[in-house]
Amino acid sequence: MGTFITLTRRELAGHFLSFRGYVILAGVQFLLGLSLLLIVDALNNRPFDLPITEKFPSTGLFWLVLLLVTPVITMRTFAREKSTGTFETLMTTPVSDLQVVLAKFTGALGFYLLTFLPMAAFPFILKHYAAVFPEVDTGPVASTFLGIALIGSFFMALGCFTSSLTRSQIVAAMTSFTLGTGIFMVGLLGEISPPADTPLYAALRHISVLEHMKDFSSGIIDSRHVIFYLSLTAVFLFLTCQAIGSRRWK
Amino acid sequence: MADDTHDIPTPKPMIEVENLTKLYGSRPAIRDVSFTVGRGEIVGFLGPNGAGKSTTMRILAGFLAATEGTVRIAGHDVAGASREVRRRVGFMPENNPLHSDMRVREFLKFRARLKGLGRQASRDRVDAVIEQFDLTDAARQMIGELSKGYRQRVGLADALVHEPAVIILDEPTIGLDPHQVRTVRQCIKQLAENHTVLISSHILPEVEVTCTKLMIFHEGRVVAADTPANLERTLGGQQRITVELEAEPEILETAWEEMAEVEHHRITPAEGRFQRCRLTPRDGLDLRPEIAALARSRGWPLRELTRDRHTLEDIFVHITRKDED
Repeated sequence: MGTFITLTRRELAGHFLSFRGYVILAGVQFLLGLSLLLIVDALNNRPFDLPITEKFPSTGLFWLVLLLVTPVITMRTFAREKSTGTFETLMTTPVSDLQVVLAKFTGALGFYLLTFLPMAAFPFILKHYAAVFPEVDTGPVASTFLGIALIGSFFMALGCFTSSLTRSQIVAAMTSFTLGTGIFMVGLLGEISPPADTPLYAALRHISVLEHMKDFSSGIIDSRHVIFYLSLTAVFLFLTCQAIGSRRWK
Repeated sequence: MADDTHDIPTPKPMIEVENLTKLYGSRPAIRDVSFTVGRGEIVGFLGPNGAGKSTTMRILAGFLAATEGTVRIAGHDVAGASREVRRRVGFMPENNPLHSDMRVREFLKFRARLKGLGRQASRDRVDAVIEQFDLTDAARQMIGELSKGYRQRVGLADALVHEPAVIILDEPTIGLDPHQVRTVRQCIKQLAENHTVLISSHILPEVEVTCTKLMIFHEGRVVAADTPANLERTLGGQQRITVELEAEPEILETAWEEMAEVEHHRITPAEGRFQRCRLTPRDGLDLRPEIAALARSRGWPLRELTRDRHTLEDIFVHITRKDED
Protein backbone atom coordinates (compact mmCIF):
# COMPACT_ATOMS: atom_id res chain seq x y z
CA MET A 1 0.00 0.00 0.00
CA GLY A 2 2.86 2.35 0.88
CA THR A 3 4.40 1.67 -2.51
CA PHE A 4 1.11 2.37 -4.24
CA ILE A 5 0.80 5.74 -2.49
CA THR A 6 4.42 6.63 -3.28
CA LEU A 7 3.88 5.81 -6.93
CA THR A 8 0.53 7.58 -7.19
CA ARG A 9 1.95 10.72 -5.64
CA ARG A 10 4.78 10.65 -8.11
CA GLU A 11 2.33 10.20 -11.00
CA LEU A 12 0.14 13.09 -9.92
CA ALA A 13 3.18 15.28 -9.32
CA GLY A 14 4.46 14.33 -12.77
CA HIS A 15 1.33 15.77 -14.37
CA PHE A 16 1.85 19.05 -12.56
CA LEU A 17 5.59 19.19 -13.14
CA SER A 18 5.24 19.34 -16.89
CA PHE A 19 4.26 22.20 -19.13
CA ARG A 20 1.85 19.81 -20.81
CA GLY A 21 -0.12 19.54 -17.56
CA TYR A 22 -0.85 23.26 -17.55
CA VAL A 23 -1.76 23.30 -21.22
CA ILE A 24 -4.31 20.60 -20.47
CA LEU A 25 -5.66 22.52 -17.47
CA ALA A 26 -5.96 25.71 -19.48
CA GLY A 27 -7.57 23.92 -22.42
CA VAL A 28 -10.13 22.15 -20.29
CA GLN A 29 -10.98 25.34 -18.40
CA PHE A 30 -11.50 27.12 -21.69
CA LEU A 31 -13.84 24.45 -23.03
CA LEU A 32 -15.76 24.17 -19.77
CA GLY A 33 -16.06 27.95 -19.60
CA LEU A 34 -17.46 27.86 -23.10
CA SER A 35 -20.00 25.26 -22.04
CA LEU A 36 -21.07 27.53 -19.18
CA LEU A 37 -21.58 30.26 -21.73
CA LEU A 38 -23.77 27.97 -23.84
CA ILE A 39 -25.81 27.01 -20.77
CA VAL A 40 -26.35 30.67 -19.88
CA ASP A 41 -27.37 31.32 -23.47
CA ALA A 42 -29.85 28.45 -23.38
CA LEU A 43 -31.32 29.71 -20.15
CA ASN A 44 -31.71 33.16 -21.65
CA ASN A 45 -33.70 31.98 -24.61
CA ARG A 46 -36.35 29.82 -23.08
CA PRO A 47 -37.52 28.69 -19.70
CA PHE A 48 -35.93 25.58 -18.46
CA ASP A 49 -37.50 23.44 -15.82
CA LEU A 50 -35.19 20.45 -15.90
CA PRO A 51 -32.08 20.12 -13.73
CA ILE A 52 -29.55 22.58 -15.08
CA THR A 53 -26.96 19.80 -15.30
CA GLU A 54 -28.91 18.19 -18.10
CA LYS A 55 -27.84 20.98 -20.35
CA PHE A 56 -24.21 20.10 -19.76
CA PRO A 57 -23.63 17.03 -21.98
CA SER A 58 -25.75 18.44 -24.77
CA THR A 59 -23.42 21.39 -25.24
CA GLY A 60 -21.01 18.90 -26.77
CA LEU A 61 -18.00 20.45 -25.17
CA PHE A 62 -17.75 17.77 -22.51
CA TRP A 63 -17.30 15.22 -25.28
CA LEU A 64 -14.59 17.32 -26.80
CA VAL A 65 -12.79 17.29 -23.46
CA LEU A 66 -13.33 13.58 -22.98
CA LEU A 67 -12.20 12.54 -26.44
CA LEU A 68 -9.34 14.99 -26.90
CA VAL A 69 -7.93 15.49 -23.44
CA THR A 70 -7.96 11.99 -21.98
CA PRO A 71 -5.46 10.63 -24.56
CA VAL A 72 -3.14 13.54 -23.82
CA ILE A 73 -3.32 12.86 -20.09
CA THR A 74 -2.72 9.12 -20.38
CA MET A 75 -0.19 9.06 -23.21
CA ARG A 76 2.70 9.70 -20.87
CA THR A 77 1.87 6.99 -18.31
CA PHE A 78 3.92 4.14 -19.75
CA ALA A 79 5.18 5.36 -23.12
CA ARG A 80 7.21 8.15 -21.58
CA GLU A 81 8.87 5.91 -19.03
CA LYS A 82 9.63 3.40 -21.75
CA SER A 83 11.20 5.98 -24.02
CA THR A 84 13.31 7.56 -21.27
CA GLY A 85 14.27 4.15 -19.89
CA THR A 86 12.97 4.80 -16.39
CA PHE A 87 10.50 1.99 -16.94
CA GLU A 88 13.41 -0.39 -16.50
CA THR A 89 14.52 1.14 -13.22
CA LEU A 90 10.91 1.21 -12.05
CA MET A 91 10.25 -2.43 -12.81
CA THR A 92 13.48 -3.62 -11.21
CA THR A 93 12.38 -2.29 -7.83
CA PRO A 94 10.30 -4.71 -5.74
CA VAL A 95 6.96 -3.38 -7.00
CA SER A 96 4.27 -5.50 -8.60
CA ASP A 97 2.88 -4.88 -12.07
CA LEU A 98 -0.56 -4.32 -10.56
CA GLN A 99 0.73 -1.66 -8.17
CA VAL A 100 2.34 0.20 -11.04
CA VAL A 101 -0.73 -0.01 -13.29
CA LEU A 102 -3.12 1.05 -10.54
CA ALA A 103 -0.87 3.91 -9.47
CA LYS A 104 -0.54 5.23 -13.01
CA PHE A 105 -4.27 4.88 -13.58
CA THR A 106 -5.12 6.58 -10.28
CA GLY A 107 -2.68 9.40 -10.96
CA ALA A 108 -4.13 10.02 -14.42
CA LEU A 109 -7.72 9.80 -13.19
CA GLY A 110 -6.93 12.12 -10.30
CA PHE A 111 -5.50 14.72 -12.66
CA TYR A 112 -8.50 14.35 -14.97
CA LEU A 113 -10.93 14.86 -12.09
CA LEU A 114 -9.01 17.88 -10.86
CA THR A 115 -9.41 19.54 -14.24
CA PHE A 116 -13.19 19.26 -13.77
CA LEU A 117 -13.16 20.62 -10.25
CA PRO A 118 -13.86 24.26 -11.20
CA MET A 119 -17.01 23.04 -12.89
CA ALA A 120 -18.53 22.29 -9.50
CA ALA A 121 -18.88 26.03 -9.06
CA PHE A 122 -21.03 26.45 -12.20
CA PRO A 123 -24.46 25.90 -10.57
CA PHE A 124 -23.56 28.33 -7.84
CA ILE A 125 -22.29 30.91 -10.31
CA LEU A 126 -25.54 30.61 -12.24
CA LYS A 127 -27.55 30.91 -9.07
CA HIS A 128 -25.64 33.98 -8.02
CA TYR A 129 -26.19 35.85 -11.26
CA ALA A 130 -29.63 34.64 -12.30
CA ALA A 131 -32.61 36.78 -11.37
CA VAL A 132 -34.77 33.76 -10.74
CA PHE A 133 -33.09 30.52 -10.05
CA PRO A 134 -34.32 27.63 -7.96
CA GLU A 135 -32.19 26.06 -5.25
CA VAL A 136 -29.19 24.18 -6.59
CA ASP A 137 -30.19 20.55 -6.61
CA THR A 138 -27.07 18.77 -5.40
CA GLY A 139 -28.35 15.35 -6.49
CA PRO A 140 -28.01 15.81 -10.25
CA VAL A 141 -24.78 17.74 -9.73
CA ALA A 142 -23.33 14.80 -7.83
CA SER A 143 -24.56 12.25 -10.35
CA THR A 144 -23.16 14.33 -13.22
CA PHE A 145 -19.79 14.25 -11.54
CA LEU A 146 -20.17 10.52 -10.97
CA GLY A 147 -20.83 10.15 -14.68
CA ILE A 148 -17.79 12.25 -15.55
CA ALA A 149 -15.69 10.12 -13.21
CA LEU A 150 -16.99 6.77 -14.45
CA ILE A 151 -16.77 7.56 -18.15
CA GLY A 152 -13.41 9.18 -17.45
CA SER A 153 -12.07 6.14 -15.66
CA PHE A 154 -12.94 3.97 -18.65
CA PHE A 155 -11.16 6.37 -21.01
CA MET A 156 -8.21 6.56 -18.60
CA ALA A 157 -7.90 2.79 -18.48
CA LEU A 158 -8.09 2.67 -22.26
CA GLY A 159 -5.38 5.33 -22.48
CA CYS A 160 -3.14 3.52 -20.00
CA PHE A 161 -3.51 0.39 -22.08
CA THR A 162 -2.53 2.02 -25.37
CA SER A 163 0.34 3.79 -23.62
CA SER A 164 1.61 0.48 -22.30
CA LEU A 165 1.83 -0.89 -25.84
CA THR A 166 4.31 1.60 -27.22
CA ARG A 167 7.26 3.76 -26.35
CA SER A 168 5.96 6.66 -28.41
CA GLN A 169 3.63 9.04 -26.62
CA ILE A 170 2.20 10.25 -29.93
CA VAL A 171 1.31 6.73 -31.01
CA ALA A 172 -0.25 6.08 -27.60
CA ALA A 173 -2.36 9.24 -27.82
CA MET A 174 -3.44 8.58 -31.40
CA THR A 175 -4.42 5.00 -30.64
CA SER A 176 -6.46 5.85 -27.59
CA PHE A 177 -8.05 8.79 -29.39
CA THR A 178 -9.07 6.51 -32.25
CA LEU A 179 -10.44 3.80 -29.97
CA GLY A 180 -12.21 6.30 -27.72
CA THR A 181 -13.74 8.17 -30.62
CA GLY A 182 -14.76 4.87 -32.17
CA ILE A 183 -16.67 3.89 -29.05
CA PHE A 184 -18.25 7.32 -28.88
CA MET A 185 -19.28 7.12 -32.55
CA VAL A 186 -20.88 3.72 -32.07
CA GLY A 187 -23.05 5.32 -29.40
CA LEU A 188 -23.78 8.22 -31.71
CA LEU A 189 -24.93 5.77 -34.35
CA GLY A 190 -27.74 4.66 -32.04
CA GLU A 191 -28.56 8.30 -31.55
CA ILE A 192 -28.92 9.27 -35.18
CA SER A 193 -30.53 6.12 -36.57
CA PRO A 194 -34.32 6.16 -36.27
CA PRO A 195 -35.62 4.33 -33.21
CA ALA A 196 -36.39 0.77 -34.09
CA ASP A 197 -37.30 -2.28 -32.18
CA THR A 198 -34.32 -4.30 -33.30
CA PRO A 199 -31.74 -5.98 -31.06
CA LEU A 200 -28.98 -4.06 -32.82
CA TYR A 201 -30.57 -0.75 -31.96
CA ALA A 202 -31.02 -1.88 -28.36
CA ALA A 203 -27.38 -2.90 -28.22
CA LEU A 204 -26.23 0.44 -29.64
CA ARG A 205 -28.33 2.29 -27.08
CA HIS A 206 -26.92 0.12 -24.34
CA ILE A 207 -23.31 1.02 -25.09
CA SER A 208 -24.01 4.62 -26.00
CA VAL A 209 -21.80 6.87 -23.91
CA LEU A 210 -24.16 9.75 -24.78
CA GLU A 211 -27.18 7.94 -23.40
CA HIS A 212 -25.36 7.10 -20.22
CA MET A 213 -24.27 10.66 -19.68
CA LYS A 214 -27.81 11.89 -20.29
CA ASP A 215 -29.00 9.67 -17.46
CA PHE A 216 -26.20 10.74 -15.13
CA SER A 217 -26.80 14.43 -15.82
CA SER A 218 -30.50 14.17 -15.12
CA GLY A 219 -29.78 12.63 -11.75
CA ILE A 220 -30.33 8.99 -12.64
CA ILE A 221 -27.71 6.58 -11.37
CA ASP A 222 -28.43 3.44 -13.32
CA SER A 223 -26.51 0.50 -11.87
CA ARG A 224 -26.17 -0.96 -15.38
CA HIS A 225 -24.17 2.09 -16.44
CA VAL A 226 -22.06 1.96 -13.32
CA ILE A 227 -21.26 -1.70 -13.84
CA PHE A 228 -20.66 -1.10 -17.55
CA TYR A 229 -17.92 1.44 -16.85
CA LEU A 230 -16.41 -0.30 -13.86
CA SER A 231 -16.11 -3.56 -15.73
CA LEU A 232 -14.66 -1.91 -18.85
CA THR A 233 -12.15 -0.09 -16.65
CA ALA A 234 -11.22 -3.38 -15.00
CA VAL A 235 -10.84 -5.10 -18.37
CA PHE A 236 -8.49 -2.45 -19.73
CA LEU A 237 -6.46 -2.30 -16.53
CA PHE A 238 -6.13 -6.07 -16.70
CA LEU A 239 -4.96 -5.79 -20.31
CA THR A 240 -2.47 -3.12 -19.26
CA CYS A 241 -1.08 -5.45 -16.61
CA GLN A 242 -0.69 -8.13 -19.24
CA ALA A 243 1.00 -5.73 -21.64
CA ILE A 244 3.61 -4.61 -19.16
CA GLY A 245 4.06 -8.16 -17.89
CA SER A 246 4.66 -9.34 -21.44
CA ARG A 247 8.37 -8.47 -21.21
CA ARG A 248 8.62 -11.42 -18.83
CA TRP A 249 6.97 -13.79 -21.28
CA LYS A 250 9.24 -16.50 -22.50
CA MET B 1 18.02 -4.58 4.87
CA ALA B 2 17.14 -6.72 7.83
CA ASP B 3 16.42 -9.92 5.95
CA ASP B 4 19.75 -9.74 4.19
CA THR B 5 21.44 -10.96 7.34
CA HIS B 6 20.12 -14.47 6.98
CA ASP B 7 21.75 -14.71 3.56
CA ILE B 8 25.22 -14.20 4.90
CA PRO B 9 25.92 -17.58 6.50
CA THR B 10 25.15 -19.43 3.26
CA PRO B 11 28.42 -20.47 1.69
CA LYS B 12 26.77 -20.62 -1.72
CA PRO B 13 27.81 -18.21 -4.45
CA MET B 14 25.94 -14.95 -4.63
CA ILE B 15 24.88 -15.35 -8.24
CA GLU B 16 24.33 -18.69 -9.93
CA VAL B 17 23.43 -18.69 -13.59
CA GLU B 18 22.72 -21.96 -15.34
CA ASN B 19 22.21 -22.49 -19.08
CA LEU B 20 20.62 -19.13 -19.63
CA THR B 21 19.11 -18.60 -23.06
CA LYS B 22 17.03 -15.69 -24.23
CA LEU B 23 15.33 -15.63 -27.58
CA TYR B 24 13.89 -12.52 -29.15
CA GLY B 25 11.53 -14.13 -31.59
CA SER B 26 13.78 -16.77 -33.06
CA ARG B 27 16.96 -14.74 -32.72
CA PRO B 28 18.95 -15.67 -29.63
CA ALA B 29 20.27 -12.73 -27.63
CA ILE B 30 22.17 -15.05 -25.31
CA ARG B 31 22.80 -18.75 -25.68
CA ASP B 32 23.48 -21.20 -22.91
CA VAL B 33 25.26 -18.83 -20.55
CA SER B 34 26.38 -20.29 -17.22
CA PHE B 35 28.53 -18.77 -14.50
CA THR B 36 28.72 -18.18 -10.79
CA VAL B 37 29.83 -15.13 -8.90
CA GLY B 38 31.06 -15.26 -5.33
CA ARG B 39 30.34 -12.76 -2.61
CA GLY B 40 32.42 -9.61 -2.86
CA GLU B 41 33.63 -10.24 -6.40
CA ILE B 42 33.66 -7.52 -9.05
CA VAL B 43 32.86 -9.16 -12.34
CA GLY B 44 33.23 -7.38 -15.63
CA PHE B 45 31.09 -8.28 -18.64
CA LEU B 46 33.03 -7.45 -21.70
CA GLY B 47 32.03 -7.61 -25.29
CA PRO B 48 31.05 -5.65 -28.35
CA ASN B 49 27.64 -4.02 -28.51
CA GLY B 50 24.93 -6.60 -29.04
CA ALA B 51 26.93 -9.45 -27.52
CA GLY B 52 24.30 -10.14 -24.87
CA LYS B 53 25.69 -8.28 -21.87
CA SER B 54 22.68 -6.06 -21.33
CA THR B 55 20.21 -8.88 -21.87
CA THR B 56 21.99 -10.99 -19.25
CA MET B 57 21.96 -8.07 -16.83
CA ARG B 58 18.29 -7.38 -17.42
CA ILE B 59 17.44 -10.99 -16.67
CA LEU B 60 19.55 -10.92 -13.52
CA ALA B 61 17.83 -7.72 -12.40
CA GLY B 62 14.42 -9.32 -12.90
CA PHE B 63 13.34 -7.08 -15.76
CA LEU B 64 13.20 -9.76 -18.43
CA ALA B 65 12.55 -13.46 -18.14
CA ALA B 66 14.89 -15.98 -19.69
CA THR B 67 13.58 -18.35 -22.33
CA GLU B 68 15.50 -21.18 -20.72
CA GLY B 69 17.77 -21.65 -17.77
CA THR B 70 17.76 -20.49 -14.17
CA VAL B 71 19.24 -17.61 -12.24
CA ARG B 72 19.57 -17.62 -8.48
CA ILE B 73 20.64 -14.57 -6.56
CA ALA B 74 21.41 -15.05 -2.85
CA GLY B 75 19.61 -18.37 -3.17
CA HIS B 76 16.41 -16.87 -4.62
CA ASP B 77 15.17 -17.82 -8.03
CA VAL B 78 14.81 -14.79 -10.32
CA ALA B 79 11.76 -16.20 -12.06
CA GLY B 80 9.99 -17.63 -9.02
CA ALA B 81 10.87 -15.09 -6.34
CA SER B 82 11.40 -12.04 -8.50
CA ARG B 83 10.56 -9.52 -5.80
CA GLU B 84 12.90 -11.16 -3.29
CA VAL B 85 15.63 -10.89 -5.89
CA ARG B 86 14.80 -7.30 -6.78
CA ARG B 87 15.02 -6.36 -3.10
CA ARG B 88 18.62 -7.57 -3.12
CA VAL B 89 19.71 -6.13 -6.43
CA GLY B 90 20.63 -2.56 -7.26
CA PHE B 91 20.43 -2.09 -11.01
CA MET B 92 21.60 0.82 -13.11
CA PRO B 93 20.58 0.27 -16.75
CA GLU B 94 22.44 1.47 -19.78
CA ASN B 95 22.42 5.27 -20.22
CA ASN B 96 21.35 5.65 -16.59
CA PRO B 97 17.75 6.76 -17.02
CA LEU B 98 16.58 9.20 -14.34
CA HIS B 99 13.50 11.33 -13.81
CA SER B 100 14.72 14.68 -15.08
CA ASP B 101 11.79 16.56 -13.55
CA MET B 102 12.74 15.64 -9.99
CA ARG B 103 15.29 17.06 -7.60
CA VAL B 104 18.16 14.83 -6.54
CA ARG B 105 17.13 14.28 -2.94
CA GLU B 106 13.46 13.97 -3.85
CA PHE B 107 14.31 11.39 -6.49
CA LEU B 108 16.48 9.33 -4.17
CA LYS B 109 13.80 9.38 -1.49
CA PHE B 110 11.19 8.29 -4.01
CA ARG B 111 13.40 5.44 -5.12
CA ALA B 112 14.19 4.41 -1.55
CA ARG B 113 10.49 4.27 -0.74
CA LEU B 114 9.81 2.20 -3.86
CA LYS B 115 12.49 -0.21 -2.79
CA GLY B 116 10.59 -0.82 0.41
CA LEU B 117 12.46 1.38 2.89
CA GLY B 118 10.40 3.00 5.63
CA ARG B 119 10.04 6.72 6.06
CA GLN B 120 12.89 7.12 8.54
CA ALA B 121 15.09 4.47 6.95
CA SER B 122 14.75 6.09 3.53
CA ARG B 123 15.68 9.48 4.96
CA ASP B 124 18.78 8.03 6.64
CA ARG B 125 19.87 6.06 3.61
CA VAL B 126 19.35 9.00 1.24
CA ASP B 127 21.53 11.14 3.49
CA ALA B 128 24.13 8.38 3.54
CA VAL B 129 24.31 7.94 -0.25
CA ILE B 130 24.31 11.68 -0.84
CA GLU B 131 27.31 11.85 1.45
CA GLN B 132 28.93 8.77 -0.11
CA PHE B 133 28.72 10.05 -3.67
CA ASP B 134 29.48 13.65 -2.79
CA LEU B 135 26.12 14.94 -3.98
CA THR B 136 25.51 17.40 -1.14
CA ASP B 137 25.92 20.43 -3.42
CA ALA B 138 23.51 19.03 -5.97
CA ALA B 139 20.90 17.61 -3.59
CA ARG B 140 18.40 20.37 -4.32
CA GLN B 141 19.08 20.63 -8.04
CA MET B 142 16.83 19.33 -10.79
CA ILE B 143 18.22 16.13 -12.25
CA GLY B 144 17.62 17.44 -15.77
CA GLU B 145 20.05 20.28 -15.12
CA LEU B 146 22.89 18.13 -13.82
CA SER B 147 26.09 17.41 -15.71
CA LYS B 148 26.67 13.89 -16.90
CA GLY B 149 29.14 13.10 -14.13
CA TYR B 150 26.65 14.16 -11.49
CA ARG B 151 23.88 12.21 -13.16
CA GLN B 152 26.04 9.12 -13.09
CA ARG B 153 26.65 9.53 -9.39
CA VAL B 154 22.93 9.98 -8.81
CA GLY B 155 22.39 6.73 -10.70
CA LEU B 156 24.94 4.94 -8.55
CA ALA B 157 23.41 6.42 -5.40
CA ASP B 158 20.03 5.14 -6.56
CA ALA B 159 21.39 1.65 -7.22
CA LEU B 160 22.82 1.60 -3.70
CA VAL B 161 20.16 3.32 -1.69
CA HIS B 162 18.52 0.13 -0.42
CA GLU B 163 21.87 -1.50 0.47
CA PRO B 164 21.58 -4.32 -2.04
CA ALA B 165 23.80 -7.37 -1.83
CA VAL B 166 24.31 -7.35 -5.60
CA ILE B 167 24.91 -4.28 -7.73
CA ILE B 168 24.49 -4.50 -11.48
CA LEU B 169 25.78 -1.59 -13.53
CA ASP B 170 25.31 -1.59 -17.29
CA GLU B 171 27.98 0.55 -18.97
CA PRO B 172 28.45 2.83 -15.95
CA THR B 173 31.12 5.01 -17.52
CA ILE B 174 29.83 5.42 -21.05
CA GLY B 175 29.92 9.00 -22.27
CA LEU B 176 31.94 10.35 -19.36
CA ASP B 177 35.12 12.36 -19.67
CA PRO B 178 38.35 10.74 -18.39
CA HIS B 179 38.19 12.57 -15.10
CA GLN B 180 34.62 11.49 -14.45
CA VAL B 181 35.51 7.95 -15.51
CA ARG B 182 38.14 7.88 -12.79
CA THR B 183 35.71 9.13 -10.18
CA VAL B 184 33.10 6.54 -11.11
CA ARG B 185 35.74 3.81 -11.21
CA GLN B 186 36.84 4.72 -7.71
CA CYS B 187 33.22 4.61 -6.53
CA ILE B 188 32.86 1.13 -7.99
CA LYS B 189 36.03 -0.10 -6.34
CA GLN B 190 34.78 1.10 -2.98
CA LEU B 191 31.54 -0.80 -3.49
CA ALA B 192 33.30 -4.13 -3.68
CA GLU B 193 34.05 -4.00 0.02
CA ASN B 194 30.43 -4.72 0.91
CA HIS B 195 28.77 -5.79 -2.29
CA THR B 196 28.98 -8.16 -5.19
CA VAL B 197 29.31 -6.05 -8.32
CA LEU B 198 28.64 -6.77 -11.98
CA ILE B 199 29.65 -4.15 -14.48
CA SER B 200 29.58 -4.25 -18.23
CA SER B 201 31.65 -2.42 -20.73
CA HIS B 202 32.90 -2.58 -24.25
CA ILE B 203 36.01 -0.68 -23.28
CA LEU B 204 38.69 -2.97 -21.97
CA PRO B 205 40.84 -0.85 -19.67
CA GLU B 206 37.62 0.05 -17.98
CA VAL B 207 36.97 -3.43 -16.57
CA GLU B 208 40.61 -4.50 -16.55
CA VAL B 209 41.48 -2.24 -13.65
CA THR B 210 38.35 -2.63 -11.58
CA CYS B 211 37.38 -6.27 -11.91
CA THR B 212 38.51 -9.40 -10.14
CA LYS B 213 37.01 -11.55 -12.87
CA LEU B 214 36.25 -10.96 -16.52
CA MET B 215 33.68 -12.60 -18.71
CA ILE B 216 34.00 -12.05 -22.40
CA PHE B 217 30.71 -12.11 -24.30
CA HIS B 218 30.60 -12.72 -28.00
CA GLU B 219 27.46 -13.28 -30.04
CA GLY B 220 25.42 -14.30 -27.04
CA ARG B 221 27.94 -16.66 -25.53
CA VAL B 222 30.53 -16.37 -22.82
CA VAL B 223 33.71 -17.19 -24.70
CA ALA B 224 36.16 -16.69 -21.83
CA ALA B 225 35.86 -16.22 -18.10
CA ASP B 226 38.79 -15.80 -15.75
CA THR B 227 40.77 -13.27 -13.77
CA PRO B 228 42.40 -10.56 -15.89
CA ALA B 229 45.84 -11.97 -14.97
CA ASN B 230 44.93 -15.52 -15.97
CA LEU B 231 43.41 -14.42 -19.23
CA GLU B 232 46.62 -12.61 -19.98
CA ARG B 233 48.71 -15.66 -19.07
CA THR B 234 46.64 -17.94 -21.28
CA LEU B 235 47.87 -16.01 -24.26
CA GLY B 236 51.28 -15.26 -22.78
CA GLY B 237 52.97 -17.90 -24.99
CA GLN B 238 52.93 -15.51 -27.84
CA GLN B 239 54.70 -12.69 -26.09
CA ARG B 240 57.38 -11.50 -28.43
CA ILE B 241 60.59 -9.63 -27.82
CA THR B 242 61.84 -6.74 -29.91
CA VAL B 243 65.57 -6.01 -30.00
CA GLU B 244 67.44 -3.36 -31.94
CA LEU B 245 71.16 -4.00 -32.23
CA GLU B 246 74.04 -2.66 -34.30
CA ALA B 247 75.50 -5.79 -35.92
CA GLU B 248 75.70 -7.59 -39.22
CA PRO B 249 72.44 -9.39 -40.05
CA GLU B 250 74.25 -12.68 -40.76
CA ILE B 251 75.93 -12.67 -37.37
CA LEU B 252 72.63 -11.97 -35.68
CA GLU B 253 70.98 -14.72 -37.69
CA THR B 254 73.39 -17.33 -36.38
CA ALA B 255 73.25 -15.92 -32.86
CA TRP B 256 69.48 -16.38 -32.69
CA GLU B 257 69.67 -19.81 -34.21
CA GLU B 258 72.14 -20.83 -31.57
CA MET B 259 69.84 -19.62 -28.84
CA ALA B 260 67.67 -22.64 -28.05
CA GLU B 261 64.93 -20.64 -26.33
CA VAL B 262 64.19 -18.64 -29.47
CA GLU B 263 61.53 -20.40 -31.42
CA HIS B 264 61.27 -17.99 -34.28
CA HIS B 265 63.06 -14.84 -35.38
CA ARG B 266 62.84 -12.19 -38.02
CA ILE B 267 65.45 -9.54 -38.79
CA THR B 268 64.70 -6.30 -40.58
CA PRO B 269 67.05 -3.38 -41.15
CA ALA B 270 66.33 -0.28 -39.06
CA GLU B 271 67.63 3.27 -39.40
CA GLY B 272 71.37 3.67 -39.32
CA ARG B 273 73.29 0.43 -39.05
CA PHE B 274 70.84 -1.05 -36.59
CA GLN B 275 68.90 -4.24 -37.15
CA ARG B 276 65.46 -4.78 -35.72
CA CYS B 277 64.86 -8.34 -34.53
CA ARG B 278 61.48 -9.80 -33.58
CA LEU B 279 61.94 -12.91 -31.47
CA THR B 280 59.31 -15.38 -30.37
CA PRO B 281 60.54 -17.19 -27.28
CA ARG B 282 59.55 -20.75 -26.47
CA ASP B 283 56.90 -21.18 -23.72
CA GLY B 284 56.57 -17.47 -23.20
CA LEU B 285 59.95 -17.18 -21.53
CA ASP B 286 61.30 -13.77 -20.80
CA LEU B 287 64.64 -13.75 -22.64
CA ARG B 288 65.53 -10.14 -22.08
CA PRO B 289 68.31 -10.72 -19.51
CA GLU B 290 69.97 -13.32 -21.76
CA ILE B 291 69.76 -11.07 -24.79
CA ALA B 292 71.19 -8.14 -22.87
CA ALA B 293 74.06 -10.32 -21.63
CA LEU B 294 74.72 -11.58 -25.17
CA ALA B 295 74.85 -8.06 -26.59
CA ARG B 296 77.22 -6.98 -23.87
CA SER B 297 79.57 -9.94 -24.36
CA ARG B 298 79.65 -9.47 -28.14
CA GLY B 299 79.99 -5.71 -27.81
CA TRP B 300 76.90 -4.96 -29.94
CA PRO B 301 75.43 -1.54 -29.26
CA LEU B 302 71.86 -2.11 -28.02
CA ARG B 303 69.23 0.60 -28.30
CA GLU B 304 65.97 -1.22 -27.71
CA LEU B 305 64.92 -4.31 -25.82
CA THR B 306 61.21 -4.69 -25.17
CA ARG B 307 58.76 -7.46 -24.55
CA ASP B 308 55.24 -7.13 -25.97
CA ARG B 309 52.93 -7.56 -23.12
CA HIS B 310 49.69 -9.01 -24.36
CA THR B 311 47.06 -6.58 -23.28
CA LEU B 312 43.54 -7.75 -22.71
CA GLU B 313 42.73 -5.77 -25.81
CA ASP B 314 44.67 -8.37 -27.82
CA ILE B 315 43.04 -11.22 -25.96
CA PHE B 316 39.66 -9.75 -26.64
CA VAL B 317 40.35 -9.28 -30.33
CA HIS B 318 41.96 -12.72 -30.49
CA ILE B 319 39.06 -14.54 -28.87
CA THR B 320 36.32 -12.77 -30.73
CA ARG B 321 38.08 -13.10 -34.07
CA LYS B 322 38.78 -16.78 -33.57
CA ASP B 323 35.09 -17.24 -32.98
CA GLU B 324 34.24 -15.59 -36.26
CA ASP B 325 36.47 -17.85 -38.32
